[in-house]
Amino acid sequence: MGLRAADDSDRDSDDETIGMIHRRDNGGASSAPATSSRWVIDARQLVRTYQMGQNQVHALRGVDLQVGPGDMVAIVGASGSGKSTLMNILGCLDRPDAGSYVLDGVHVDTAGKNARADLRNQKIGFVFQGFNLLARTSAVENVELPLLYHRNDHRLPTRRLAEEALQRVGLGDRMDHEPSELSGGQQQRVAIARALVTKPSLVLADEPTGNLDSRTSMEIMALFQDLNREGVTIVVVTHEDDIARCTNRKVELRDGLVVHDERLRDRVDAAQEAARRKSSDSVIA
Amino acid sequence: MRAATLIRVAGQSILRNKMRTLLTMLGIIIGVGAVMMTIAVGSGAKKQVQDRINNLGTNLLVITAGAATQSGVSQGAQSFNRLTIDDAKMLQSQSFTLMAVSPVVMTGGQLIGGQGNWRCRIYGVSPDYAVIRDWQMKSGVFITNADVQSARKVVVLGNTVAEALFPGEDPVGQQLQIRSVPCRIIGVLEPKGQTAEGNDQDDVVVAPYTTVQDRLSGRSFLGQILASTSSPSEIEAAQKEIREIMRDAHDLGPNEQDDFTVRNQNDLADTAQETADVMTLLLSAIASISLLVGGIGIMNIMLVSVTERTREIGLRLAIGARSSDVLKQFLVESVVMSLAGGAIGVAVGFGGSAIIGAVTGWRMVISPVTVALALGFAAVVGIFFGFYPARSAAALDPIEALRHE
Repeated sequence: MGLRAADDSDRDSDDETIGMIHRRDNGGASSAPATSSRWVIDARQLVRTYQMGQNQVHALRGVDLQVGPGDMVAIVGASGSGKSTLMNILGCLDRPDAGSYVLDGVHVDTAGKNARADLRNQKIGFVFQGFNLLARTSAVENVELPLLYHRNDHRLPTRRLAEEALQRVGLGDRMDHEPSELSGGQQQRVAIARALVTKPSLVLADEPTGNLDSRTSMEIMALFQDLNREGVTIVVVTHEDDIARCTNRKVELRDGLVVHDERLRDRVDAAQEAARRKSSDSVIA
Repeated sequence: MRAATLIRVAGQSILRNKMRTLLTMLGIIIGVGAVMMTIAVGSGAKKQVQDRINNLGTNLLVITAGAATQSGVSQGAQSFNRLTIDDAKMLQSQSFTLMAVSPVVMTGGQLIGGQGNWRCRIYGVSPDYAVIRDWQMKSGVFITNADVQSARKVVVLGNTVAEALFPGEDPVGQQLQIRSVPCRIIGVLEPKGQTAEGNDQDDVVVAPYTTVQDRLSGRSFLGQILASTSSPSEIEAAQKEIREIMRDAHDLGPNEQDDFTVRNQNDLADTAQETADVMTLLLSAIASISLLVGGIGIMNIMLVSVTERTREIGLRLAIGARSSDVLKQFLVESVVMSLAGGAIGVAVGFGGSAIIGAVTGWRMVISPVTVALALGFAAVVGIFFGFYPARSAAALDPIEALRHE
């Protein structure tokens, strides 16, 4: 990556802290002004430009995106469409050069480095394509990890919360297994448990099925749908259309702009789809 | 992240790669072990010197003649022999601080008796000598005031002399000829061993100073005057007092320099200890270099570790670790590693010192301070050499780090 924009000078003061896990609505950030909003994600006119040598790359050229609580949204687009950049900004890993981004009532575009770290810790659960589990570390310890970075971790029953999260993704009997002892689908479930353990406002999944076979992909999507039915807000970044069709809404990016925003009438029931794929697999076999 | 969690996480990371961790710690283990062993040798030598000095007597003060100046040129110690029996008597009668005073007339001579003949030093002293030197009797008695007053021909033998002339028997009551003068042996002194300079203190015959002056040497001057105070706190005052009395006795004017020297035990100890200290310092410096090399080893491995674990760092940042959390984690890892190496090094130091002591017969002293110092040094090495890798880990950009293959 080339030069960063000048206003991205991160402030490092340690007291930029976000409020506790369970306080969703008024995420009491001391530095970022809180506004009441009915959106979990309220992004307006996001612009992000990279300097690549002599050329300026306009990754985002004014993206608007609002996601309400309890929604399940797919962000799709070809590579180079800007969806990775958008995901980085939505995940508080990066800041827009222009535009505003309010996450669950907290202004992210003005938040400093430590405040964004705390936002990631408490308001966002990441699920990655490559699972990103710590090797030679048990499932429950992997899930516990975000809680250890919580500013009030000493007040939290971290182990119990981790166990609950693993039970929620159906791995109650695999707590002490290390990643190498788990299948790809199980590893992704551990990663999802890790994303859920802090009870975040938003689960952000970046190509969560990219490393999985088609049946396991559907099982993971079924899990996301289950969580969504329980009220978890989920944004999935993907380039696969059948994954996008498992969500409620499909937002398509092209050349740094939203070109298509469609609410899907009847989303595919991923559990049924997984069962169908299982049976067709066995027919083939 | 809490300190306990931090240390646990660091411990887990370190244990994930046991062989590499062990090899990394090896530098610190060898360094700390080597420093401990050299300090053990050094403090052992120092302790031995200290013991030998203490062996000279308790709260000892030594007055020697000398440092006379002729035409502005110092002639050095004992260049001018002006210590007399009167000086000793004066000190005895006028001093308030001195508990015991003994003149020492020094001569040497051939002894004949028992199994043959022997040549050794002969000290003419007063009964106080045994008190000052804190010298116990192996058998018989020490000389008395009556012996001194009558210049009786009685002698007390040092253990070396007694064993040379009367092996396997008690010489008390036997006769001995010193320079053809027949003397009666009334006692044998307990062995005291060598001085700090390596002289055998037991190779000596002690007699009343009157006997030595009148019948053996004919010298009226004293080699030295020994004195002692009842407690160490009085030594400084005693030294001052001796100086005043001696200057008065020698009729020295205000502009004249002392023609005598008063030294206490610490003065005697200083030179010998300085040598031991310099040796220890030199050896420790060499040993510290291995500790430094160990530190560089830690830095090397930590840098490799940061590169290897870039994705892990990216993940930690993504799930909410602050840069300072990452910095702390890697710093704690290197400190835990160097402290663990230090602890093993301390064990190696103890073991190695025991072996060296057993093989060479040297005295090895390991104090708690040495252990604390070694561990502290190891921790400092860990922090110092762990800082740069930790900072480069903390400076990683989460987006780039997550993308790292």
